[in-house]
Amino acid sequence: MNNLLRLLESDCTLSKKQLGAMVGASPERVEEMIRDLEKKNIILGYKAVVDWDATDRNDVTALIEVKVEPQRDTGFDRIAERIYQYEEVEACYLMSGSFDMTVIISGRSLKEVSNFVSLKLSTIEGVKSTATHFILKKYKDNHLIFKKQEKQEEGFVFV
Amino acid sequence: MMDYSKILNRQIQGVAPSAIRKFFDLLEDMPDAISLGVGEPDFPTPWHIRDAGIYSLEKGFTRYSPNAGFSELRRQISSYMMRRFSLKYDPMGEILVTVGGSEGLDLALRCILEPGDEVIIPTPSFVCYGPLVSMSHGVPVLVETKVEDEFRLTPEQLKAAITDKTRALILPYPCNPTGGIMEKQDLEAIAQVLQGTDIMVISDEIYAELTYGVHHTSIANIPGMWERTLLVNGFSKAFSMTGWRMGFLCGPRELIGQIIKLHQYGIMSAPTTSQYAAIEAMKNGDADIEAMKAEYDARRQFLLQGFRDLGMECFEPKGAFYMFPSIKTSGLSSEEFCEQFLLKEHVACIPGTGFGPGGEGFIRCCYATSMKELGIALEKLEHFLKHR
Repeated sequence: MNNLLRLLESDCTLSKKQLGAMVGASPERVEEMIRDLEKKNIILGYKAVVDWDATDRNDVTALIEVKVEPQRDTGFDRIAERIYQYEEVEACYLMSGSFDMTVIISGRSLKEVSNFVSLKLSTIEGVKSTATHFILKKYKDNHLIFKKQEKQEEGFVFV
Repeated sequence: MMDYSKILNRQIQGVAPSAIRKFFDLLEDMPDAISLGVGEPDFPTPWHIRDAGIYSLEKGFTRYSPNAGFSELRRQISSYMMRRFSLKYDPMGEILVTVGGSEGLDLALRCILEPGDEVIIPTPSFVCYGPLVSMSHGVPVLVETKVEDEFRLTPEQLKAAITDKTRALILPYPCNPTGGIMEKQDLEAIAQVLQGTDIMVISDEIYAELTYGVHHTSIANIPGMWERTLLVNGFSKAFSMTGWRMGFLCGPRELIGQIIKLHQYGIMSAPTTSQYAAIEAMKNGDADIEAMKAEYDARRQFLLQGFRDLGMECFEPKGAFYMFPSIKTSGLSSEEFCEQFLLKEHVACIPGTGFGPGGEGFIRCCYATSMKELGIALEKLEHFLKHR
């Protein structure tokens, strides 16, 4: 099962036949396993990894450190929910260390992101403070390197 | 005007240029083509191995190595051969670091051949053996292995090929292009024929790490065969280090001691940077081999099933990273098949005829390429077979 998940995580466009060969199961069995994993919410979705910097879109992404006051009974979860319900939030993690949560958001401009932080995030009850770090350049994400790798010259070699 | 044919060595002029070249020339004009043609791992060399090479440069280690290779590398090779294949070679005198496995083959042949000596070569097999024998003034004796024997050399075939001029047998297993292997009992039968003769075995074990479901056995593991075997191996296929040109030759010190003369006067020493990278590969690379092998194995099973689903006959190759399916039902020759497949579908395979007698009716498909490309190649093959 984990093997199949690992393969799908690295390339979800592989066919059931290909996956079957890789995990030693029939394509039909792979289909079944995937459906089951989706039903159990273990597979949440399938997405492309996009290098937006290579397009004409000029969005900015920020990583925000958030300190919160955990609440009686619900701890951090209730506050997290109030944060991640916003469409702009790409990711939201509970952290160990000197702050409590990491929130990653993307916006069309610096202003949009700062508006989100000052008008939405900071005003949530229980949020004590925020520190916003803008991402300047992505080198690698999801195991994928953004820079197009140069290729070695290919010529006639017969092996 | 000079007549160069008069000054050129006749043996060398007599070696035919590669018949496969035209496919590569066609391929050059097809940037979108999928190549199952080149027998080379698609993985980059693992980073820690590359890093070891880079670090050696940073330290300024750019001088010649000892002729036989760095002693640390030879020690590591010795320990590797024991660890992985239960073979004992003394790093001091029984191991020579070469420029790829190819140099090892050339040295082994040049060291033992006298003009007119015969060398038995099972085919279909890698293209270099025959020309290397000829250029050492030997005579290649080609023995055609059969698909029904899974392209193994049988003791009967070997016996029939031996004459009083036979000096050596080349054993190219796991085999490029067939993917065939020789298992312990097959090698024992070959050993029985050879024991008591003066015939040397030159065992090309460059794909030794790439066997699926069976552990590789070397002919040198068979009792009485170590002393009559020159074993060629290297880093190219196991560690995805083709461009580093790193190989090694193992054998009895009486032979290696002579072979080193050819190496030291012709080559001097293998590249220093590559040797430092190779030390790292030997020390910490076993897990890389396993990871790459698992990936090849999955591709192998996918492609094999794919061929069979399309109604193509293909024996299950248990070694290297090649499939050798039969294309006889297409009614085309191997060359016609490959040429049409390339021109119509932009997928490059190599006609079996490029690998000597026994290759007609087969094509070589290298599966050292991504699952994604293999998937597309199979779709194109299906289209080709239906609409040809």
